[in-house]
Amino acid sequence: MEALVGIDLTVSQGECFGLLGPNGAGKTTTIEILEGLLEATSGDVEVLGMRWGRDDDAIRHRIGISLQETKLAEKLSVRETLTLFRSFYVKGISADEAIALVSLQEKAASWIGKLSGGQKQRLAVATALVGDPDLLFLDEPTTGLDPQSRRQLWEIIRELRGRGRTVLLTTHYMDEAERLCDRIAIVDHGEIIALGSPQELIAGLGGEHVIEISLDGERPDAVLEALPGVRSLGREGPAIRLTVSEPHVTLPALLSELSKAAIELTSLTTRHASLEDVFVSLTGRHLRDDSDER
Amino acid sequence: MSGNGHPLRQLIISRIREFYREPGVLFWVYGFPILLAVGLGIAFREQPTERVVMDVERGARSDVVVTALEADERFIVTTCEPQECRRRLRTGKTAIVVVAPDGAAFSVEYLFDPSRPESVLARRTVDDALQNANGRQDAVPVTDVAFSEPGARYIDFLIPGLIGMNLMGGGLWGVGFVVVDMRIRKLLKRFIATPMKKSDFMVAVVFARMLFLIPEILIVLVFARFAFGVVTHGSVVALAAVITLGAVAFSGIGLLVASRAQKLETVSGLMNLVMLPMWLLSGIFFSYERFPEAVVPWIRALPLTALNDALRAVMQDGSGLGAVGGELAGLAAYGMVTFVLALRWFRWT
Repeated sequence: MEALVGIDLTVSQGECFGLLGPNGAGKTTTIEILEGLLEATSGDVEVLGMRWGRDDDAIRHRIGISLQETKLAEKLSVRETLTLFRSFYVKGISADEAIALVSLQEKAASWIGKLSGGQKQRLAVATALVGDPDLLFLDEPTTGLDPQSRRQLWEIIRELRGRGRTVLLTTHYMDEAERLCDRIAIVDHGEIIALGSPQELIAGLGGEHVIEISLDGERPDAVLEALPGVRSLGREGPAIRLTVSEPHVTLPALLSELSKAAIELTSLTTRHASLEDVFVSLTGRHLRDDSDER
Repeated sequence: MSGNGHPLRQLIISRIREFYREPGVLFWVYGFPILLAVGLGIAFREQPTERVVMDVERGARSDVVVTALEADERFIVTTCEPQECRRRLRTGKTAIVVVAPDGAAFSVEYLFDPSRPESVLARRTVDDALQNANGRQDAVPVTDVAFSEPGARYIDFLIPGLIGMNLMGGGLWGVGFVVVDMRIRKLLKRFIATPMKKSDFMVAVVFARMLFLIPEILIVLVFARFAFGVVTHGSVVALAAVITLGAVAFSGIGLLVASRAQKLETVSGLMNLVMLPMWLLSGIFFSYERFPEAVVPWIRALPLTALNDALRAVMQDGSGLGAVGGELAGLAAYGMVTFVLALRWFRWT
């Protein structure tokens, strides 16, 4: 069974790169191959100019990793855990410096079992930072966290990038990728289906706005697609999604077309296009299908 | 390098902290051997000579009987009326009733239930005492010798076996469960993603386990010393060497058993599979010499057999290190081979 079909990407120094995709798309497999935890059945992996199988120890000294769902020892304190991880690296920052980076000073002496989910996740990131890595891998760093904890982690990641570190993260939250990442690879079924900055990807839709409507009657797709400013059209149940470049041109034309046909609008929303729309337009599916959540 | 330490030292310290911060684990490691020893203490305590509860029926001659027996510590003598004596006998409050009827000559009747063992015993004891008090001479001089000299009792045989069993259980469960639990929690995967040396981790697990064993074994030894007078005839150095190598061997086996298991159920099944033959064959509770001669060499090849033999040689016979060299070499070999194999086969993810 192959989890990955073909992943071909280059991450530049100092950028924050996101692998965005639904659960089971192959994000974790990709990142674990890069981390040296899984062996690729074929292909080349180069990390910081070095190769797994030859320079393992050297690579491990220069990367920092936060895995999905690691349960650190419950009965060790935050500081003890970081001191332990620090001891594995030849150079790095002190345990207390790492604690400060993730704002866990107040919890430094607390046992890990007593931390909240968000605090545990920040500690997991801190274990990735004690070795003062050049390259940081974060696998789903904010999955399962409350909005406030997610924002705290975003701040930490932004600050790291600000200090010139390279960050590679996986996420299935499109807003996270959109806000944090310089570049994004959208992954689906083990393949990269789109690659670029969030702006480029959204611009690739042809329009930056989305109009979603529901009707109490039927209009052929061709008629709607022919409206001025419409770049593409998608259907999802009763809802029709129009990607448009200029909503103020499209909307009046749409309304007059509907009144001519004596069809009423049952709902209408307009919004900026997001990476979610990019994913939907590429795959016909939503990024976060509730059915595959845990 | 403030707050930085050698990884091996840090790994060992972390293991120790996790250990003593877990009250449940502390109980099973240290409380359980004490409970076991207490239970054995009750089973094997040196029982004081049983005293005979007996009644003497009040009558003209009853004081002759009472005088003859009262001085003897073996008897608890009560004098009562005939009715009362019979009632006490019927309800089991006394083992025997002695009646000395009025008459020309002094004679006695024993009133007892022959189906009650303590009554039968009481009859013989009371009779002996009365006959001797009245001038009977033994035809053959007799001396009783209690065979319970330290080192030769069953308890002296049992305690080394229990220590061996504790070393085996502690090594396998203590190492195996910890490792599989860390694997389940993906902590091993997290560790292997750092530059940590694999051998450091394993040495830390084994070494920490050996540290935990020291108090465990001391508890059993001290308890056995004070409760049963079980002493070690050999040197402390020899005993420490045997215990250390035993712990190394079983920690290594624990690592190997846990090297690939992904579930606690799997590892506990595997550990029982490894331990069961040794529980049965390696002479914890009775000597393996009773097994057929053909299988004895195979039994001797088991690590627990080597450990128990060495422990008994040092504790019971006072053997030196040289005399148990073969067993020690065997245990060391078990420890090293299993450690190397575990390091090779270990599944980190």
